[in-house]
Amino acid sequence: MTKVKFATTWLDGCSGCHMSFLDLDERLIELGERIELVYSPLVDFKDFPTDVDACLIEGAVSSEDDLHKVQMVRERSKVLIAFGDCAVTTNVPGMRNAIGTAAVLERAYCDNATHNRGIPDEIIPRLLPKALPVHHVVHIDCFLPGCPPQADLIWRVLNELLDGQAPAAAKLARFGK
Amino acid sequence: MNVCTLKIDGVEVVGTAGETILDVARSNNIEIPTLCHLDGLSDVASCRLCVVEVAPSGKLLPACAVAVEEGMEITANSDRLHRYRQQIIEMVFLERNHVCSVCVANNHCELQDKAAEFNLTHFDLCPVNPRLEVDATHERFAIDHNRCILCLRCVRVCSEVEGAFTWGVSGRGLDTRVVTDAGAPWGESDTCTSCGKCVQVCPTGALFEKGRSVAQEKPRRPFLPYLTDKAGVPA
Repeated sequence: MTKVKFATTWLDGCSGCHMSFLDLDERLIELGERIELVYSPLVDFKDFPTDVDACLIEGAVSSEDDLHKVQMVRERSKVLIAFGDCAVTTNVPGMRNAIGTAAVLERAYCDNATHNRGIPDEIIPRLLPKALPVHHVVHIDCFLPGCPPQADLIWRVLNELLDGQAPAAAKLARFGK
Repeated sequence: MNVCTLKIDGVEVVGTAGETILDVARSNNIEIPTLCHLDGLSDVASCRLCVVEVAPSGKLLPACAVAVEEGMEITANSDRLHRYRQQIIEMVFLERNHVCSVCVANNHCELQDKAAEFNLTHFDLCPVNPRLEVDATHERFAIDHNRCILCLRCVRVCSEVEGAFTWGVSGRGLDTRVVTDAGAPWGESDTCTSCGKCVQVCPTGALFEKGRSVAQEKPRRPFLPYLTDKAGVPA
């Protein structure tokens, strides 16, 4: 049986959704028999392959770097799943949207800094004016909200997708926890 | 007693004069979703989640605020109404800054529950992201306007149960706010008795007790049952 080429990646998130993915525990072994993990923060592949079957994407689109990444990931993935509240609603990364990017950067890098005061203009990717839900930037095939999405729900949705069904279990998810 | 017969979702039901469509539906086990309604308080129809279609015009009316009439034919549940209700919940979410994961009411929030009940997995509209204030001047309680859905339960419980009339409404449209003492800081209120009823009826985490962290605000409403028929005691 050909294994499904599976990837996971993150944008502006806390990695908690990936931790919840690891909470699949022994089911990861069963999953490993059906998928080939071709890219993920959990493994050491450097480049996102060009022919991914399904990809979980965690986090909001917050920076120029996130923007390029999500567009590249979309282009190279058949099925893209918005994974967790940050990807779906922007959640915590989106809390700056009401305050404004300039004010947030000023607060973090100037007001509260005791060393090397000043907003960095290199190395760290520039923030977009607002953090955006992933589906406001690219087409999303399935939404899996939750902070984080529960492991049992991740398991059900992945199985539905691997069985070629519509991911109906995603509707059981809820915002927050 | 004036009795009238009407149909809700094809079922013949009987109501008495003065009863609302919601009263009659619920006493006949026909579910109509609500958010701003709370048994024991008057109704203001602010959330519109309970909208129903009334034939023959098909006009949408809030079931909590419209009295039953003889011969009414009401659709309380249909695909169209389900869609409208989903849109209402989406708009309530996006009008202010609701962040369930870090909210004091996480897991005890009626808005969060409604989103799950209506299978909302994401929102298509753009959020408004208004810049809103938190009034933490009161000794024991605080209000975070980012999480207020303008159900006005606080206003109603304060006047109808506590009799203090501290809470009121100010502004119009997107600028609408619940306010204490006509806009003075809560901590300086002369009328507030610090009873906390407003905090206990809040469906979200807008009103909360100070010192509570994420997911720690659970509503306690022991003062409400005696006002309702459900407790078996006349009001």
